[in-house]
Amino acid sequence: MINILTTHWSDFVHGFGITLLSSIIALIISMILGTGFAILEIVPNKLVNTIAHIYIQIFRNIPLLVVTMFFYVVVTQFVKMSGLVAGTIGLALYTSAFIAETVRAGILAVDKGQTEGARANGLTYWQTMRIIVLPQAFKIVIPPLGNQFINLVKNSSILAFVAGFDLMYQGNEIASTTFDTIDTYVVVGLFYLVITLPLSYYMRYLENKLA
Amino acid sequence: MAMIEFKNVEKYYGNFHALKNINLEIEEGKTVVLIGPSGSGKSTLIRTINGLEQIQSGDLIVHGENLAKKKTDMNLLRKNVGMVFQHFNLYANKTVLENIMLAPRIVLKRDEKENRELAEKLLEMVGLADKGNSYPNMLSGGQEQRVAIARSLAMKPKVLLFDEPTSALDPEMIGDVLEVMKKIARDSDMTMVVVTHEMGFAKQVADQVIFMADGTIIEKSGAKEFFENPKEERAKKFLSQVLNH
Ligand SMILES: Nc1ncnc2c1ncn2[C@@H]1O[C@H](COP(=O)(O)OP(=O)(O)OP(=O)(O)O)[C@@H](O)[C@H]1O
Ligand SMILES: [Mg+2]
Repeated sequence: MINILTTHWSDFVHGFGITLLSSIIALIISMILGTGFAILEIVPNKLVNTIAHIYIQIFRNIPLLVVTMFFYVVVTQFVKMSGLVAGTIGLALYTSAFIAETVRAGILAVDKGQTEGARANGLTYWQTMRIIVLPQAFKIVIPPLGNQFINLVKNSSILAFVAGFDLMYQGNEIASTTFDTIDTYVVVGLFYLVITLPLSYYMRYLENKLA
Repeated sequence: MAMIEFKNVEKYYGNFHALKNINLEIEEGKTVVLIGPSGSGKSTLIRTINGLEQIQSGDLIVHGENLAKKKTDMNLLRKNVGMVFQHFNLYANKTVLENIMLAPRIVLKRDEKENRELAEKLLEMVGLADKGNSYPNMLSGGQEQRVAIARSLAMKPKVLLFDEPTSALDPEMIGDVLEVMKKIARDSDMTMVVVTHEMGFAKQVADQVIFMADGTIIEKSGAKEFFENPKEERAKKFLSQVLNH
């Protein structure tokens, strides 16, 4: 195992870097989209609610691989994109649907009195949402959000299917050239842990700190 | 001109007729106490005054704005109409000082230094000068409610609404909150509308008492007159129930 690590160190590190990069970008995009659609699902406007609901249902109920392939095979005919880009977009949209559901639950869990107090105090709907409700909602949903983030990192292995040069892709390459499959995938697994373990402990720390 | 005026106001929750043909004028600077049995529509009525509940017909004119008109800007109206709730509704994610300073800062764009000075002055007025950096969950109910009052006052409203401000408090906390409210009623020219079961408070500071039942106003009279000589049978019965226990 040490052997495969040293001989293919730069491939692993390259794959690790891609996985990390793709995960971070997808995480940022999915948080923005997810929070946005969570809000759109509850603003007092039926049409907007329906549109947001449809978006969420689509990306939540179609396999990630299908979403990713759609961008890699279909969308790329109109807008050229690499596997890395297609995979990251697929990952971001797919995850955003789950984050939307999570954040929405958080918003609904915030005491209605908070909104009434703020509106009576003169704040607008959006000021109330941004300054009073959302911060409390995020705090409530830190644990499930942490799960979504970890799932996102693991799901980024989808990139291997679209030549995304991520950790999983590099692992497949190395395994098929060295035939040392066990050691290779153990190393790949360990590299994923390097991201996911600190992430899960950090989320737990946040949860305790803000409690 | 009246500060608050209800003209033939009707309010429904779905099919339920919650306010029936309400006609009422409240003069500027007066303190009005609203009483009545549970479910009679007191909260509903007071919440229409700042637009937390919409009315379905009639006119409701507050500080010159007709709330029945679609184009009336509620956010603008609420600069002039504050509200204190039974369950305080302080911002759980903000310190006491921030609770008080937030709306003046972002709604009124008040200068930060002036904002802080007023907030500190108000905290002192409600007897909580040392609690500015506490979070609401570190305070007792009575303290929370006094912060909530300070938060409303910081907006310098023309009208201040109270919906059962002491009903969620332990008995020994009630006095402090009522003291603050009495001080406001005495020293300011704000118009106050107070839903309460505290008859002592009503006797002491109310200019007018309004008795509601089943979504209608049964009786409205001067405070002294109402307590000494209630006219309506239901008001008499209600008074004997709340005063004799
Ligand atoms: N959001 C709502 N939806 C439907 N019905 C409501 C709603 N709010 C109040 N009601 C009904 O309207 C009536 C008046 O309620 P309201 O809360 O105004 O009474 P109240 O006089 O404040 O009573 P209490 O002393 O218990 O606070 C009640 O029958 C209540 O069930
Ligand atoms: Mg009530």
